[in-house]
Amino acid sequence: MMNNMSRRQVLAALAGGAAVMATTAGCGFKSAGASSSSPDGDVSYWTQVDPTNTVQQAAISAFNKTAKGQVTLSEIASTGYLSKIQTAMGSSAMPGLFFNWGGGSLSEYVKAGKLVELDASLKSHFLASPLQAGIVDGKFVGLPCRGTQPVFLYYNKSLFAQAGVQPPATYDDLLNLVQVFKKRGVIPFAIAGTSANSWTELMWIEYLVDRLAGPDLFKSIAGGDWSGWKDPSILQAAQMVEELVAAGAFGTTFGSVNYGAGGTSTLFATGRAAMQLMGSWDYATLQGISADFTANDLGYVAFPAIGGGKGDPKNVSGNPTNYLTMTTAAARTTATDFLQTVFSDSYVLGLVKMGEVPVTTNTKSLLSQSSDPAYSNFLYDLVADAPSFTQSWDQALGSTLATPMLTEIQKLFNGQDSPAQFVSNVLAIQS
Amino acid sequence: MTSLTGDRPSHRAGAGPEIRRAAPGKGRPGVGWAVPGLLFFGLFALLPMAGVVYLSLTSWNGITAPQFTGWHNWSRFLGDHQMVQSTLVTGVLLVGNIAVQAPISILLGVWSAGRQRNRAVLSAIFFLPLLLSTAATAVMWRQLLDPNFGLPSKMSWLFLGDQNMLGTQAGAIVCLIAVTSWQFIPFHTLLYQGAARNVPATLYQAAELDGAGRVRQFWSITLPQLRNTVVTSTTFMVVGGLTAFDVVLLLTNGGPGTDTAILPFQMYQTAFVTYDYGYASAVATFLLLLATGASLLLVRLTGYHKMNSTLEGL
Repeated sequence: MMNNMSRRQVLAALAGGAAVMATTAGCGFKSAGASSSSPDGDVSYWTQVDPTNTVQQAAISAFNKTAKGQVTLSEIASTGYLSKIQTAMGSSAMPGLFFNWGGGSLSEYVKAGKLVELDASLKSHFLASPLQAGIVDGKFVGLPCRGTQPVFLYYNKSLFAQAGVQPPATYDDLLNLVQVFKKRGVIPFAIAGTSANSWTELMWIEYLVDRLAGPDLFKSIAGGDWSGWKDPSILQAAQMVEELVAAGAFGTTFGSVNYGAGGTSTLFATGRAAMQLMGSWDYATLQGISADFTANDLGYVAFPAIGGGKGDPKNVSGNPTNYLTMTTAAARTTATDFLQTVFSDSYVLGLVKMGEVPVTTNTKSLLSQSSDPAYSNFLYDLVADAPSFTQSWDQALGSTLATPMLTEIQKLFNGQDSPAQFVSNVLAIQS
Repeated sequence: MTSLTGDRPSHRAGAGPEIRRAAPGKGRPGVGWAVPGLLFFGLFALLPMAGVVYLSLTSWNGITAPQFTGWHNWSRFLGDHQMVQSTLVTGVLLVGNIAVQAPISILLGVWSAGRQRNRAVLSAIFFLPLLLSTAATAVMWRQLLDPNFGLPSKMSWLFLGDQNMLGTQAGAIVCLIAVTSWQFIPFHTLLYQGAARNVPATLYQAAELDGAGRVRQFWSITLPQLRNTVVTSTTFMVVGGLTAFDVVLLLTNGGPGTDTAILPFQMYQTAFVTYDYGYASAVATFLLLLATGASLLLVRLTGYHKMNSTLEGL
């Protein structure tokens, strides 16, 4: 008896462990998604939890007062948002409208025929460059619905004044500044090199490649021509990264530094790093660390030009904006009518007041009501004047390709990959 | 958990006269008692396992229906250098964790088995890390290990080099073992404490009469008496080590590069980041075989299945 029992307990413990593993691999989400067959029925709208949910809800409440079909907002935690969408798209719980990042994140859904093509006349209400990432596989499926988030150089004005230098206009200026700040015991650029944050390193590659080769190279890679990585400017960009790391542009311990408060943002806001290449969203984080810093010492410029490069120095990269996408589960009339609200003055003003810079044509006139009009106008002009807005590569490629690519970028920065190895390893991702 | 229903004390099962007739004298419970347990086991263990094995033979992105691809995932798995590296790292972490945790928990467990008040108080404090969630402790340690604002910046005498703890493979592995040990040594200590308290005092009294010192008593009495607990604790460490990935996910995210990407982490990333459920299922099946094999081997090698009592002859 004793013998049998203990053996069974051991087996039960093993089976328990196995069951946990097995369910981890097979679990899914269930959620009530309102799908309707009648064109003026109800529509469920999935979004990620963030402070602008109140603006979205206000637009929905106003819409629901007069419309026949009702729109309901589901606010979903940002952790797991993408996988929840992914799971729902294969099931009957598919939302009618959902908030997303455009580009490659939508391409599987377009191929599977889950999305509805939007009316081209909607395009006239938006700036040209941010619309591009809403057009996937030639189909206009993403309507800009949020602020733009370009990536640019943030710098600390008082550190620059103490050193008697100006923000970089060319790449040579940038290399010179690395030496200036290293001598003063300041980290030239804050960067987060831990594995979960290698997207901060990707931003450097994005800009170096854009300035060297122009935006078309990555466009063709994202369009499916993976051999584009063989282009000499990719290798050159990787070599420039190697030189920057060797020159101490990012300090020596960046491999253990995380992004955000307590990491890069704190390094920068407290004057321990002179610059950072980062997206516009970091303004709010910096403000949270020191409102005094953002009010007095925060400077910002576009990424510098590289001599001899083919890319226009006015090009930007980053997250053009977020998008609202309609699925086949949506009650068509209700959803189409609702999409008219995302470029209305009241919706845009609501976003502007929260520090966002929407990409609608009516945004500019409303920016004076932002809490920091100088910063908001800088963002708007940066995007409005840009001949091309390259979407963050990880978003544009989709996670299947982006995850191994980010790993290789991290290895390049860590010195685990030489520039040549980096190129061949990335090429091997899709062979 | 399944055995709870299956192993009810027999005298309660033998209440009806029929059962008593069916098993005269013994009164063992009938097969019927195992049904709820078997159902539970079948539904939540066997069925998902079969599902994972099936999915490992398909290509599935979660949106469209799974496509049967035969052995494609498996031949890819066998030729995947990353998986070889992941298996090695999993092994290194496993061995490292056992090598660090087992001796410390045995010593602490035996020490805390003493009835002195200071030991009781210190044991209670020492038990605390086990009460915290792994996710919370991993996030806390990630902050604590920050080279600019964490412990390394304040205690440079302890953290050698330039304090780039998570940025090198060796550093990241040491950090992972340290954080896991910090959290789970209390659990294993608890196992050893309970077992050490069950060692009959008469053995020590006899040993003292024979002139055995403390160290001799530990090696000749305490350790042999803890034999079964050593097996239990090690089995937990092996199975737990092969399936746990939360610390890796939150502390290093498999980095630097893929240097700490253990198998469960690879499985998670393949399934839920790159949405390749077919290949992830192949990794899951491999892990399932590995964990089951390792545990059975452990039980065999140690003679645990014979369940010899440590109290024979007393």
